[in-house]
Amino acid sequence: MNDVPQGPASRRVDPAGLVIALALAALAAVLVWDASQLQSNNPYGMGPHAMPVVIAVGLGLLAIGNLIDAMRGNLPAREGADARAVWLILGGLALLIAIIGVGGGFILATTALFVTTSRAFGRRAVLADLGIALVLTTVIYLGFDRLLTLSLPAGPLERLF
Amino acid sequence: MMDTFAALAHGMAVAVQPMNLLYALIGVLLGTAVGVLPGIGPALTVALLLPVTYKLDPGGSLIMFAGIYYGGMYGGSTTAILINTPGESASMATALEGNKMAKAGRGGPALATAAIGSFVAGTIATIGLAFLAPWLVDFAVRFGPEDYFALMCVAFITVSATFGDSPIRGLTSLFIGLTLGLIGIDKLTGQARLAFGIPELLDGVEVTTLAVGLFAIGEALYVVSRRHHSEEKLEPVRGSLWMTREDWKRSWKPWLRGTMFGFPIGALPAGGAEIPTFLSYSTEKRLAKHPEEFGKGAIEGVAGPEAANNASAAGTLVPLLTLGLPTSATAAMMLAGFQQYGLNPGPLLFAERPDLVWGLIASLFIANVMLLVLNLPLVGLWVKLLAIPQPWLYAGILVFATTGTIAAKPSVVELSMLAGFGVMGFLMRRFDFPIAPVVVGLILGPIAESQLRRAMSISLGDPMALLQSPMSATLLAIALIALVAPFVMQGLGRFKANED
Repeated sequence: MNDVPQGPASRRVDPAGLVIALALAALAAVLVWDASQLQSNNPYGMGPHAMPVVIAVGLGLLAIGNLIDAMRGNLPAREGADARAVWLILGGLALLIAIIGVGGGFILATTALFVTTSRAFGRRAVLADLGIALVLTTVIYLGFDRLLTLSLPAGPLERLF
Repeated sequence: MMDTFAALAHGMAVAVQPMNLLYALIGVLLGTAVGVLPGIGPALTVALLLPVTYKLDPGGSLIMFAGIYYGGMYGGSTTAILINTPGESASMATALEGNKMAKAGRGGPALATAAIGSFVAGTIATIGLAFLAPWLVDFAVRFGPEDYFALMCVAFITVSATFGDSPIRGLTSLFIGLTLGLIGIDKLTGQARLAFGIPELLDGVEVTTLAVGLFAIGEALYVVSRRHHSEEKLEPVRGSLWMTREDWKRSWKPWLRGTMFGFPIGALPAGGAEIPTFLSYSTEKRLAKHPEEFGKGAIEGVAGPEAANNASAAGTLVPLLTLGLPTSATAAMMLAGFQQYGLNPGPLLFAERPDLVWGLIASLFIANVMLLVLNLPLVGLWVKLLAIPQPWLYAGILVFATTGTIAAKPSVVELSMLAGFGVMGFLMRRFDFPIAPVVVGLILGPIAESQLRRAMSISLGDPMALLQSPMSATLLAIALIALVAPFVMQGLGRFKANED
């Protein structure tokens, strides 16, 4: 006869859940702050700030809901993650953005993403993948450029065609 | 009644023009080829292939969409049967029985019953769509803005809270989507919201950027993070591709029953294909002569849920085309496809562009026939696509995913948003937040807000106007019940658990 109901297995506070709840509360605060910057010149009906405030209230309530879930340990069980592989792909994305940003062109940018992703999934033949990626992205570039007449950003490689 | 036949005949005349047939064929092939890749569901298939249709005229591009939509669905079931990784929860039942059949060397009949069942269900459901749509349009023209707003509230709640594992997590996803929908210039007053002075944000968040980030990049990050936990195994298709007389006998009733579950549930703003597929699965299990075969590869367990899945996909087109209301992530992507041409599905579109709407509906029939004729002979090709090694597969998916965004908006901000949504998709998968409500929230949120503001300016700011229309009052009550019900049920469940 316990007065506290004992739930299944893990009833420990989940720190990830606390972070989620905090992030939602922060998002709600940003919405309210942003809405307060708007001018309402509409005496009848709803101004542009009404909806953000409604959504912010919803987010605030959900932050509390997620907080309760986290306190009860209701978050799903998680297996360990291969963080190195995730960071490798994120690094590939960052490289892609940087190459597009400095005008390196579509082929080089997507090749970088292809090689890092393939490496993250366990391929070791980086040079072979580099070749495959160059061929694949060149074909995509020409397909978009010539067949669909959609222009993709051009860099040194693209200007060769 | 006669009007529908006339409109449909007119649509057929549009759809069978050689160019449009070609678009449908390309759509079906591309849709299947992309949909068959593991981890790519129909919503992502449509999102990835949107850029391909940028330069087409709206008619041709919507017809290609019809093909992509059905092709993506079919490709997904092939993956579920052959490698037991359902791209979406609606294919889970198919994966359950179909993969067992493939392991037992009956992959051919499993694929065949899925294909023919999809055809039967798709055709019946498209007929349902053709006859239901004009009726619903007549009804919907009388809707005021407050009724539309209330209807959208129902869709918001049912998509996020009512049927998921956790209403809190579903609603959290929805509200993140709604928040993203606020970003950009407010159309009524021209003021920027949540743009933080970044010019690229003034146009708002692109639905395709969000969907591709959440689904493609999020999925790739998730799969790579648990690379060492799960082993995917491709089952070769052995033995005959064709169904025996026994297989036919066991399949045709589940096809029809699955359609009966799928179409009405898909057509309700409740949306989602999970419920009809699971209803169909449990019904077939109960009615089967050999219920002990279930879990070991019963053909009824593939035939019924596959039919239900396809019928509900056609069903979700009913609220999408007649009310402009997307009730699944895939339907949200279709709506984005309309919006890229400045078209808003709804009663007006039926009146103003009947050629477009009916051409699309007619194309659904044609896409269905094409899938049936093409896919069984081409199954060998699809299996080869499935055999691409995982590193190249995901590297290729990410290259295609980013190519779409680079083609649409080659800016650092847009690409950073894509990567950010990818991280969000990864975290949401890891912590079991549903993805579809984010996409629906982003695309439907701004529409709901403008309807609400229109209603408020008509009523001079009196919020009671929402309750004075009997229609919107009823719908809001339904939304409230749909919101409270899962919490009550959860409470009951906990109460019961404590009793034990």
